[in-house]
This record gives sequence, C-alpha cells and structure tokens, in this order.
Amino acid sequence: MRRFSWFNATSLTLGFAFLYLPMIILVVYSFNASRLVTVWAGFSTKWYGELFQNKDFLNAAWVTIKVAFFASTFATVLGTMAAYVLVRAGRFPGRTLFSGMIYAPLVMPEVITGLSLLLLFIGIGLDRGIVTVILAHTTFAMCYVSVVVSSRLVSFDQSLEEAALDLGCTPFEAFRLVTLPIIAPAVISGWLLAFTLSLDDLVIASFTTGPGATTLPIKVFSAVRLGVSPEINALSTIMIGIVTFGVITASLISKHTAVKQAREERAAERSA
Amino acid sequence: MAQSVFAPWEDSQQKPLIEFVNVTKRFGDFTAIDNLSQKIFEREFFALLGPSGCGKTTMMRMLGGFETPTEGKILLAGQDIGNVPPNKRAVNMMFQSYALFPHLSVWENIAFGLKREGQPKDQIAARVDEMLRLTRLEKFARRKPHQISGGQRQRVALARSLAKAPKLLLLDEPLGALDKKLRHETQFELMDIQESTGTTFVIVTHDQEEAMTVASRVAVMDHGKIVQVSTPDVIYEAPNSVYVADFIGDVNLIEGNATKAESGVQITWGENTAPLVSTNSDQALAGKRVVLALRPEKVSISVERPDAPNVLRGKVIDIAYLGNLSTYHVQLETGTMVKAQIANTRRVSRRQITWEDSVWLSFSATAAVVLEGGI
Repeated sequence: MRRFSWFNATSLTLGFAFLYLPMIILVVYSFNASRLVTVWAGFSTKWYGELFQNKDFLNAAWVTIKVAFFASTFATVLGTMAAYVLVRAGRFPGRTLFSGMIYAPLVMPEVITGLSLLLLFIGIGLDRGIVTVILAHTTFAMCYVSVVVSSRLVSFDQSLEEAALDLGCTPFEAFRLVTLPIIAPAVISGWLLAFTLSLDDLVIASFTTGPGATTLPIKVFSAVRLGVSPEINALSTIMIGIVTFGVITASLISKHTAVKQAREERAAERSA
Repeated sequence: MAQSVFAPWEDSQQKPLIEFVNVTKRFGDFTAIDNLSQKIFEREFFALLGPSGCGKTTMMRMLGGFETPTEGKILLAGQDIGNVPPNKRAVNMMFQSYALFPHLSVWENIAFGLKREGQPKDQIAARVDEMLRLTRLEKFARRKPHQISGGQRQRVALARSLAKAPKLLLLDEPLGALDKKLRHETQFELMDIQESTGTTFVIVTHDQEEAMTVASRVAVMDHGKIVQVSTPDVIYEAPNSVYVADFIGDVNLIEGNATKAESGVQITWGENTAPLVSTNSDQALAGKRVVLALRPEKVSISVERPDAPNVLRGKVIDIAYLGNLSTYHVQLETGTMVKAQIANTRRVSRRQITWEDSVWLSFSATAAVVLEGGI
C-alpha cells in the first residue's frame, strides 16, 4: 500500500485548489449580503430571491433551454445517422473524407464556425433569431453525438442485426427494434452532451443570435461587462448545482447497472 | 426388421431441397466459392467442414441471404433464391455468437420472429411455450440473456431459430463456445431435435469430430471447393484424396510408387524396405506416385515380429496416454514417424512397451487406403 507522505498531500491539495477554488469563492459570495462582490457582509439568500424576480434572466434562461432542447434533439438524430453510416456502410468512395469532415468541427475554432454560419444565414436571407441559434448549435453538436454513438456502434455485434433480418425484419425494423434499443444509452449520453454543449455556448450563439433570442451565456457575459453582480454569482451557483447533480446521478446509474449485470452473470454461471 | 437407411442422395428420383448450381462468389480478387454445385435433401443433417477460409461460412451466408452469389444459382425447393433478402426466406440461422437480443427476455427472443409474421397472440404464446419445452428452458422464460449460462443461451438461440418452423435451419459453429462435455451432450440434443422436427439442418464447423457425430453427410471443403461429400464412415474409411485423409482424424501417410500385385497393388518406398501391400486398391493406380493412408488404430504394435502382410520395424519415441487409448509414436529406420493406437482395455496392465524400445508395427492388407498424389 502507498504510504501517506507530505509531498503527496501537498500536491493533491494544490491540484484540487487550482481546479475548485474559483468556484468555491463564487458559491460563497453568492450568499454575501453585500452588493459589493469583494466585501463579505454576512450570510444572505436575498440575491437568489432577486434573481427569480429578474425578467431578463428568466427569459434568457427559457430561451437557452428551448435552444438546447431542440438543437440537441436534431443533433442526436443527425449524429446517430452519420455514425451509423460511418460504422456500417463499409468501404465506399470518399468514406475517409466523409468521416474526416464529420469530425472536423470538433477541432474547428468556434469563432470560425460562428462566423461562417453567420455569413451563411445572411447569404440565404434567414432572419437571425432563435431558429438560427438552434441550427448553429445542431451543426456543432452533431459531431459530438456522432463520436459518442459511433464508439458504441463499433463494439456492437453486427450479427444481432443479421439475426433480426433473418427473423423477418425489414432493415428499418431491425434498426428500430434491435439496434436502437441496444445503443440507446449511447444515444442518450450523446443527447445529454449536446444539451450541455448548447447550454453553455457563448461564441457561436453570439454570432448567430438576433433580437429576442438572447441566451443565458450571452446575457451573463454582457451583464458582467457592467460589473459582476451577486445575482450572477447566484445564477452560476444554481448552474453548478444542476451540473453536479446531473453528473453524480448519471455515474451512479451506470455504476449500479454494471454491478447488477455482473452479479447476475455470475449467478447464471453458478446455476448452470 | 431392419430400418430403412436414410439416403435420399442415392435416389436419382428425389428432388433436392437446396441446389447450388455452378455458384461462384468473389470478394474483390478473392474467390471464396469456386464454381460449386451441390444438392442437399430434405431432412438431411448436412455438415460443411473445413479449415477457416475454405468458404464454408460464405456458403452458409449465401443460404441465409447475407451474401449473393457472383455467378450461378441457388435453388430452394426449385425456386432461385439468389437475390431474395434474408427476411423473405423460409430459412433461419443460428449464429455463432448466438446473437440473442440482450434487451429482450428469453421468451421475447423466441417470440421475435413470430411477432414479425403478425400471428395472433395466443398462437405465438403456444408456439413459444412449445419451443421452451423442446429446449428445456421453461424455467428461464423471463430471464434476460445475460442472466443465463452459455449452454442455456445456445438453446435459446436454437429455439429462436426453430420457432418459425423454417424449411432449412443454418447452424454456424453452434457449439463452438461450449466446453467439451456440454458440447457432446448438446450434439446429441441437436440430433434429437433435428429428427423430431424434421427440419433440414446445414451445419458449419471446423470440428471434424462434431461433423462426424451429428451429420448424415459431411462435405469436406478446401479453397472454395467441395473435395468430398459422403457419409461420415466413408469420409473416414475411404477418403478420396490425401487432403481429406489428412484433415479427418489422425492418419499415417507413407509416400511411394505403386506397382501391380496379384490382387490390388504394392507400394515400394524408402530404401531397404519391403514393399507394402494393399489388396483392396484399384490396380489402375499401378505405375503412379501414391500415398498410403493408414489410420493409427489399424496398426498393431508388438515386441516379437508378427506374422502379417505388412510389417515395419522401429523405435518408440513418444507415448501419448489418453486414458481410453494410448498412441505410440514410432520412428522407422527410414526416419518416418508412424503412429499406432492401442485401446487400453484393462485397468492395470504391465507396460510391455516403453520409450526407446525396438518394436514391430504391423497392419493387414486391407487396413490402408492408397491414394494418388504426394504428401
């Protein structure tokens, strides 16, 4: 067993401090009674109350959720289709080029993606607003979905689909009744990833947004330029809370199912 | 009263269930199946046997509809099925990996194909229960595939592929994932089920013992061609080529030149060796380069020189004790290794022959098969 040493303890503390100290400060100051962000004046939850009175923030939050929901749903459909073709269609002319082009947006600077989408929307005369933000988010999120889903499809036993065809399914029924239920966890995590990516995107959204479609990150960013207010600390604390809850729940669920499956498999082999 | 022997392939009036007519399948430059013609009859248990890459799996996948022939026709009950997709064929397949649907229970897996046909619910339930009984899985109907053992999964896969009562069932290495003991039991189960359902089975395997056990006829394949098709005993005792003799079971191969004898042929081989006689061989082989194929269990081993038509002298190099049998590896004076197999019929016997002993090997004039060609 590894012995406890001062060196290990110090490096661990420093590492975690580096990662979490900024967030801890933010959370602590969201409960500050003072309007001045840097002066502690006692515990209070009044900024949370004011946050929920602020129509602008609430509107922006609602827009963000709508955008994230639709964009991640479209991205999941398109990304899953792309992943399926890339993994299953075998060799076809231009396959390498096609797969490269799907994954290119992963490394493309967001500024360039945003700018090119803006030019496209202007070029085809599409008024900027919530629709253009959804389209833009679908574009950049689908490659992430495609990566997640194709990694699952690679390990998917293709004879399952052949078995479905063999038992009388049309190719579409085989996908709907066999493939999709089995890869569903990957599709759902792809959707969740797309949802969170869309939630916190600032750059692409600010290029493609228009009047009446201000998302929360844009709102926060413009508010901070006028000075950090405790309300924004409160808002950020809520977002940290939601993300933490989501991550912990997801990992608990997947750990639980893995443990359960392993136990049942052992039981099955014993009873044989 | 003797039972009539099941041998539809010997009756020229019989219509085959499946017929390959000059089928060729190429993958790019690679020819997987090379101008192959073969008939398979109803109620047959037909085994395709060969090393990996010989084309046996391709043949099965063409029957299942997962590959289409490049040239030639495949007829099922007289109908060309070359381009019929798998979901439109009265053929079902049991996959090597079983391909059980992990998100469905055993019951739902078996019902899957019946539901696709749109049968009424009570008929489906009755059929699934019948299949569960046939494969002795009643207790596991509600379990998911990962909650049952390997042998049970294998039976679920069989039940699922039989549920639609196909004209033809394809089995792709069905017992490969089972351990030896379970595999033997399951082989007999398969034969029982095949007989009781009257379905035609085509099995792909690389395990020659399995093919010999279950099949009514075995087709030995090599490089996209069928080398020999026959009943297991003919394949074993009368192989038509050195390849088949060597592929099936253990065999001693001795190369030499054939000359005509009083009856059959005799083979001259090596230096300072007496010719070997084979009285049951075709005299047309005389004057040709031949290989004498001799099964180890047909060779006797003794310390004293026996009185036999064929006698060889050598030294014991190795003894493989297998429990029921012992195999002696004997090196002849010419350097050739010959295996002799003796059944251990007594529990305790004095070991007369041991390593480094000089021994005599002998076999009768009809024990070997003489085949044209070289090793």
